[in-house]
Amino acid sequence: MIEAKGLTKRYGDTLAVNDLSFQARSGTVTGFLGPNGAGKSTTMRMILGLDRPTTGTATINGKHYHELKHPLRTVGALLDARWVHPNRSARSHLAWLAKANGISKRRVDDVLDIVGLTSVAGKRAGGFSLGMSQRLGIAGALLGDPEVLLFDEPVNGLDPEGILWMRKFMHRLADEGRTVFVSSHLLSEMSLTANDLVVIGKGELVAQSSTSDFVARATEQAVRVRSPQLSLFRDVLAGENAGMREDDGGIVVSGMDSEAIGELAAKHSIVLHELSPQQGSLEQAFMHLTGDTVEYAAH
Amino acid sequence: MTLLAVERIKLFTTRSPWWCAAVTLAIVIGFAALMAGTAENDTWISVGSSQFGYGFGLAVIMVLAALSITTEYRFGTIKSTFLAVPNRPAALLAKTGVVALLALVIGELAAFGALGVSALMAPSADLALNSAADWKQVAGVGIVYALTAVMGVAVGALIRHSAGAISALLIYAVVVEPLVPLIPQFGDDIYKWLPFNVVEKFLSGSGEALGGGQAGPPLSTSTLSPAMALTYFAGVAAVLLTTAILVVRKRDA
Repeated sequence: MIEAKGLTKRYGDTLAVNDLSFQARSGTVTGFLGPNGAGKSTTMRMILGLDRPTTGTATINGKHYHELKHPLRTVGALLDARWVHPNRSARSHLAWLAKANGISKRRVDDVLDIVGLTSVAGKRAGGFSLGMSQRLGIAGALLGDPEVLLFDEPVNGLDPEGILWMRKFMHRLADEGRTVFVSSHLLSEMSLTANDLVVIGKGELVAQSSTSDFVARATEQAVRVRSPQLSLFRDVLAGENAGMREDDGGIVVSGMDSEAIGELAAKHSIVLHELSPQQGSLEQAFMHLTGDTVEYAAH
Repeated sequence: MTLLAVERIKLFTTRSPWWCAAVTLAIVIGFAALMAGTAENDTWISVGSSQFGYGFGLAVIMVLAALSITTEYRFGTIKSTFLAVPNRPAALLAKTGVVALLALVIGELAAFGALGVSALMAPSADLALNSAADWKQVAGVGIVYALTAVMGVAVGALIRHSAGAISALLIYAVVVEPLVPLIPQFGDDIYKWLPFNVVEKFLSGSGEALGGGQAGPPLSTSTLSPAMALTYFAGVAAVLLTTAILVVRKRDA
């Protein structure tokens, strides 16, 4: 479990992270969502003890990062896949990390196998493609078989196959009971990956909830209706104080759920050809909630 | 011990230490060969003169030491290091230790190699290590290289950029320090206390190892005894390293 309490980071006059508190539970993938420049990476660096918070604390299973003995066995992190010496081989890169945390050499080969880099283990990492570097970074994160994992924008620059692999992989880690904390500015990706969401904008907490709650709460309830007796039904709905708008051969009703609309139609013996709740997109929810906290908003 | 092993793996799985070691050996030993080869008379060659090239090697050691830490900042591996070893002073000390040890080995190989090549090329020269001063002149090179490596790592950790750190080290040692005596009135008094001048006193003392032979680079103007000169030089290295550790501990990685 990761817990942040009142986390604040100030660079000169700029408040990068402001009084941020949240939790990431074990056994779930927690998405850390926010526009670019919202303070996601800064927050992750503070959790990992790389940056010093101006005020506030971040703990992992109740401990500060620097209090962990052999930290890689508790926390695995992939913050930037390029943090590898280009002339060092993939195996040597993992070898020194393993040595520092009392992890066996066999585990190095194991994680190389897990991410599918065994065949290039002896090659210099500087020659790796982005996808390969990303997988080497993941291998480093998995090295100590940690209970807590942090990934900063792990699908950035990956091809669709890589994105799918990453998504399944994070689900598997969470299913094994681990805490997975993954940041992204890709909202649609997070809706498929994360069970819980921590949403920030301009360094401040915008929302923390389950992904489905977040979408449901933030998007407009709307139901699409088609009917051969549409004009009659319109009159009925008009008396129910519901919003309506025309939509390509049907209408979209807002302010009423599909149950209520169906019952209303039955009461007035109106035939319906379609009665479909419209799922609001995460993008809409996100824009709705962070609309005034986007740093680089277009005016 | 684990941390030393970690830093050893890191150091020797990149290319620059190997290159720097090879270049240092080539320069120091090559310079001795040049001296022996061009001397009109074997008696001009002494234990002292076989070591004239050590200062050039010293510059390469500075580059090696600075690069060992600045490349970590350049490629972001310093963050991986601090993730694996959150105790930053320990990590930095381990790196310093490994780099200093490597510099010590390079220094001894270079110095004894230079002595050996002189003996081969000038068979009739008196190159036996007969006195403490002779031993100090040769075996001392490794010690000076090791302490210089400590300074290099410290400056590298403070400045973080390869070009900046290397420039600072080389410009100081090669340009600033030799120019200080040109300052009117008190230039000489300041120069007496500048570290690379002082450490020359440790190595060559008052020129005992020259066997009364040829003049080489000017002798140190330091008034310290050789032992005190080494202590002073080590003190400068310790102050730089302590400063670096304090800064690195406080600074965001």
